[in-house]
Amino acid sequence: MATERKEIEKLPTGIPGFDQITTGGLPKNRTTVVAGTAGSGKTVLALQFLFAGVHEYGQAGVFVTFEESPADLMQNVRSFGWDLEDLVSQKKIAVVDASPEPGEEAIQSGTFDLSALLARIENAVSSVKAKRVILDAVGALFPQFTDSNIVRRELHRIAAGLRRLGVTTIITLERTDEEGGVGRFGVEEFVADNVLILRNRLEQEKRRRTIEILKFRGAVHQKGEYPFTVDSEAGVTIIPLSAIELKQRSSIIRVPSGVPELDKMCGGGMYRDSIILVSGATGAGKTLTVTHYVKAAIDAGQRALLFGAEESREQLTRNAASWGVDFEKAEREGLLRIVCRYPEIMGLEDHLLRMRRDIDEFKPSRIAVDSMSAYERAGSRKSFREFVIGLTSHIKHLEITGLITNTTPMLMGGESITETHISTITDTIILLRYVELHGEMRRGLAILKMRGTQHEKDIREYVIDSEGMHIKAPFRGIHGILTGTPTYMFTRERDNLADMFSPRPEQG
Amino acid sequence: MTYRLRLYITGRTSHSMRAIENLRDICEKELRGQFEVEVIDVLENPALAENEKILATPTLVKKLPEPVRKIIGDLSDRQKVLLGLDVFGPDKNND
Repeated sequence: MATERKEIEKLPTGIPGFDQITTGGLPKNRTTVVAGTAGSGKTVLALQFLFAGVHEYGQAGVFVTFEESPADLMQNVRSFGWDLEDLVSQKKIAVVDASPEPGEEAIQSGTFDLSALLARIENAVSSVKAKRVILDAVGALFPQFTDSNIVRRELHRIAAGLRRLGVTTIITLERTDEEGGVGRFGVEEFVADNVLILRNRLEQEKRRRTIEILKFRGAVHQKGEYPFTVDSEAGVTIIPLSAIELKQRSSIIRVPSGVPELDKMCGGGMYRDSIILVSGATGAGKTLTVTHYVKAAIDAGQRALLFGAEESREQLTRNAASWGVDFEKAEREGLLRIVCRYPEIMGLEDHLLRMRRDIDEFKPSRIAVDSMSAYERAGSRKSFREFVIGLTSHIKHLEITGLITNTTPMLMGGESITETHISTITDTIILLRYVELHGEMRRGLAILKMRGTQHEKDIREYVIDSEGMHIKAPFRGIHGILTGTPTYMFTRERDNLADMFSPRPEQG
Repeated sequence: MTYRLRLYITGRTSHSMRAIENLRDICEKELRGQFEVEVIDVLENPALAENEKILATPTLVKKLPEPVRKIIGDLSDRQKVLLGLDVFGPDKNND
């Protein structure tokens, strides 16, 4: 009965993010086909499965190569810092060379099978006591034999043989198209109950890599495509979006925002593990808010990490200095790290990976991103959404504070993609708005939402001077500020002068 | 000229036995005593198969005379075997 069917045991792979989207790893002692077009990262993923096995689980592996010669392969993976040769000499990994000999043409006379290949793989498995096996680029086997049916049948037999040996196997398979059938030669139908598809699409002039679990027979897994990156430091890193959102806790510890008035408006400060969105038009004071927020950490002797996407390190430092905050000193003391990367230099998945790496290295207690909306330019809307979710959920997972800014396209009012994308995952939204009052530009601040606490609902005026931001009294007798078209509710100029602010702000 | 041949098999399967039988017949009838044949069971000696990159069995490897050539299968298609061994059978065409 289906209800009594036992869930197939999984083997944790050690590939970052992979075990989350597969809820535990690859089906143990089974064969999984990894299919993808050329350059989609199949071989890197498969090799990483072997290397992580050796380094993290002490499990030896066998690598069967059908296309590249072992020498080429060892050379290619060196860029990831993987020393295949060394592991082979330590008997942690055994290589079976099933690549075609250049120029060699075998003659076929009568029936045959691939028992010799299976015997060699079995020999390699027992020689290093392997738990993991990869068969890389099995498609290269087909042109060597005139009868594809024999090759398919034999691969099926090899997969069955590997199952008997108690090893978990990845078979990589080349696809010609990103869509359509799993792979050429119909291998997956014969060989595997489990199929993963890697894609490398061009979306809005940006490469976007994704992994999808097409099927895991008899085992649960996450559905849909997940973005991943391939880089020389970590190899394949999968970004498990939905899988990480769920286990966030909530803290009631408050931390200062750096603007005492703002803390009061929020009922005593920001929650420590919350995401704060500061949204406003250019020049409204977002970078200043960030500076106050960073300074609050530095003053408390805590580390802050600032990601600059619009301004250079020099500009950020100079701005801070103009408000009396010494970023350079804080950096020297190890309390601040400023990371400035221009959004366009790489894909958003890579940005996310680097930023997460920066966070994990520096271990800050608060993070600022100025501005998040600048990253909108670096990818499709979908990528951007995943980027925002991936970053904010990582921040929440670490139970630290994150402040992100969003530049609204219009001076007055308005909202942007960033706002619509991330308003649901932010805990606090602070709006900074220009207010035109009697031909004069003023600034208004409102707390749009703050999860888990009461907050002030007024729109308060604030002014910026050489010491930073000062929040003043609420605007009175005026409404429609957030829409950008305020209307005045007084009849006489005298009322206007008397009631506009209570009490009236000093002229600064 | 002596032929140096190596026949890879995997265990005593029907493929293996047929290949041995066919090879014996070819050697006796076509190579007229000028041959050395080694039969290697991959199950017993996988390292040799590894060196010679044998995937399929049976595989007959012609080591000498050069060029080295692999003939895959149970050797039941005699014409193909002779072609692979560069032996010209009695019914060859001189055209």
